[in-house]
Amino acid sequence: MTATARETVLRRVQDALTRSDRPEVTVPRAYRTGRALPDGERLALFVDRLVDYKAQVRTCTAGTTATVITEALRAHGARRIGVPPGLDPAWLAGWDGEVRTDSPDIPAPRLDVLDGVVTASAVSCAETGTIFLDGAAADQGRRALTLVPDLHVCVVDLSSVRTGVPEAVAQLRPERPTTLISGPSATSDIELERVEGVHGPRTLEVVIRTDV
Amino acid sequence: MSTATGPSARGTFLGMPAVPPRSPYGTGHLRGERTFPRAAHDELGNEQLRRNLGKATHSIRAKRLDVTGELPDWEALRDAGSAIKTDTMNRLPELLEELERKVTEHGGTVHWARDGIEANEIVTRLVRRTGSDEVLKVKSMATQEIGLNEHLESQGITALETDLAELIVQLADDRPSHILVPAIHRNRDEIREIFLRQIPGVDPALAATPAELAAAARAYLREKFMTAKVAVSGANFGIAETGTLSVVESEGNGRMCLTLPETLITVMGIEKVLPRFQDLEVFLQLLPRSSTGERMNPYTSLWTGVTPGDGPQDFHLVLLDNGRTAALADTIGREALNCIRCSACLNVCPVYERTGGHAYGSTYPGPIGAVLTPQLAGMHAAKDDPNSSLPYASSLCGACFDACPVKIDIPSLLVELRHQHTEQSGTTAEKLAMKAAATVMKQPKLFTAAQRAAGLGRVVAGRSGTFSHLPPPFRGWSDSRDTPAPPKQSFRSWFASADGAAAMRAAAQDGARHTDDDSQEAQ
Ligand code: SF4
Repeated sequence: MTATARETVLRRVQDALTRSDRPEVTVPRAYRTGRALPDGERLALFVDRLVDYKAQVRTCTAGTTATVITEALRAHGARRIGVPPGLDPAWLAGWDGEVRTDSPDIPAPRLDVLDGVVTASAVSCAETGTIFLDGAAADQGRRALTLVPDLHVCVVDLSSVRTGVPEAVAQLRPERPTTLISGPSATSDIELERVEGVHGPRTLEVVIRTDV
Repeated sequence: MSTATGPSARGTFLGMPAVPPRSPYGTGHLRGERTFPRAAHDELGNEQLRRNLGKATHSIRAKRLDVTGELPDWEALRDAGSAIKTDTMNRLPELLEELERKVTEHGGTVHWARDGIEANEIVTRLVRRTGSDEVLKVKSMATQEIGLNEHLESQGITALETDLAELIVQLADDRPSHILVPAIHRNRDEIREIFLRQIPGVDPALAATPAELAAAARAYLREKFMTAKVAVSGANFGIAETGTLSVVESEGNGRMCLTLPETLITVMGIEKVLPRFQDLEVFLQLLPRSSTGERMNPYTSLWTGVTPGDGPQDFHLVLLDNGRTAALADTIGREALNCIRCSACLNVCPVYERTGGHAYGSTYPGPIGAVLTPQLAGMHAAKDDPNSSLPYASSLCGACFDACPVKIDIPSLLVELRHQHTEQSGTTAEKLAMKAAATVMKQPKLFTAAQRAAGLGRVVAGRSGTFSHLPPPFRGWSDSRDTPAPPKQSFRSWFASADGAAAMRAAAQDGARHTDDDSQEAQ
């Protein structure tokens, strides 16, 4: 029997490695990990980075979440919005527009009729202004939901904001599809001029709940 | 750094395993048609290219310095990144098997491809199975390297690039000129013309502004995203520990392709594997900051096999060799495989800045391309192999080494490749270097002075820092002088010194007398 491509490639890798030394390597992890900043500083850093990426930022408390979400939706003229099945219904208490609850049975292209979408988030990184969405969490929804509509209103609890990348990555569940978002979609492909929004949502509204 | 140094033991012992084959000759995009000096000479005539490229490299360079400078632990991150990659190469067989096991456990299918031809066939077969004759593509160097689009086309399958720059390049029937900004050689008026000619139903009143042009691309591709059955992507990282794959991007076309179609096919070079999920904490800091000079790129997708109810329900990972094991068998090649394709070395390279990516003839341009390309595809496969001129496409100034987030010592690797080439061809490295230099640098004597100062120590002493294997062109030089190897001083620090200034003045005077001869030679 002739060797399969798998056997051949693996044998080649083995052979290649036996042709010279393979010194033991210990990875030096002297970079910063386990950082923590007080709430105020973390919030300031996170907001600074989000704004730098052209995201729009609103802060609120648990009690004013619904009001601020409604403000964010109205600011962009949204009328018909989508939500993941597990989103806290109280968050839309002030919203009088149409709401469609997503489900895997809805073909993704149909999400194109939505003006916007409201979701929660899993964890964020202050230093880079990055929000991590867990595609298997009921309040964040499948990946297509936060991708196809043009407006994404994303709710972030300050307690879920970590200082740096290592602290945020440590919170992830690897087997779940995860999307890292830093500002709205952008391109600099034409003469290096930055343009917001090519394919993903052109507007990202981040609602930070400072007491949660 | 703990990469193996010292001469390789090639052919010394009985029973030494065979050298794995390089990427097959005559397929894919790992070899140009002209030698570097010739191609560079033509590209230099393109004013637009040089202006755009100059603007691009300078602006990305400045941004990169800003965002790397703000991290007090940047050097520690580079050390970690470098060590993780070295560790990866050392343990590649077990890591690849672990990755395969994890992807399979999560409902994906893993395929192995000995070379680009085989990878192309696998992808074609998988696409056919979906019944579709159109695939969406996310920008991917691996698929560009193997010429996947051309192969699919020959099989009656249309491959549509969805990255804005790649789309521009594809619609213009052109080739990418930069890893990161592939259409940097085009200006907005040209792009408007291309869109008007190639996009069906585009508004003839389309304005030549980046915003309007991007909007036209959005409208054109949106319909494709919504109806596509199958997409092909590359991968920035594949995590062995968990089977998680990752694509780093800005526009969202990646997310569209990774999420909306029923079938996803990912082609990944075997060197892109990372041992642990935790390693992302290092590379998600190193890659965006080195690449686009951003703290983080707008979008990164992580996925593991298949997720019921979310994204493609049929996922295939094609693991590609295509000369990578040949590179791995070589101490130079092994280090070059650590590259994470951030393009930082391109943006700081004075030679690249003048010629652009096309002159290198390969999918992988710039300093790392000059090392990686001959490693993957060889440099003696044809008479006057264009790849054999690539190790000379450098001033050895050292800027690429300083910029590289995984600390690949590109100048030293280039010098060793020059040894390998001159040993085989019997010609002199200096003559070939001058030929490339005369074309690119306009003032070849200045270039020589720079090369002497920055590179000669490396050339003479080799990577081991000893004089054990003196290359032929420098034998006479070292015989007639009792000189220790100059320190590995960076070109820029030398240039700034009084010594450097004096040498450059002398070289400039000398150069004024000889420039004509040298540019003759470049023809
Ligand atoms: S060699 Fe280093 S700097 Fe150049 S592209 Fe690769 S990782 Fe980036």
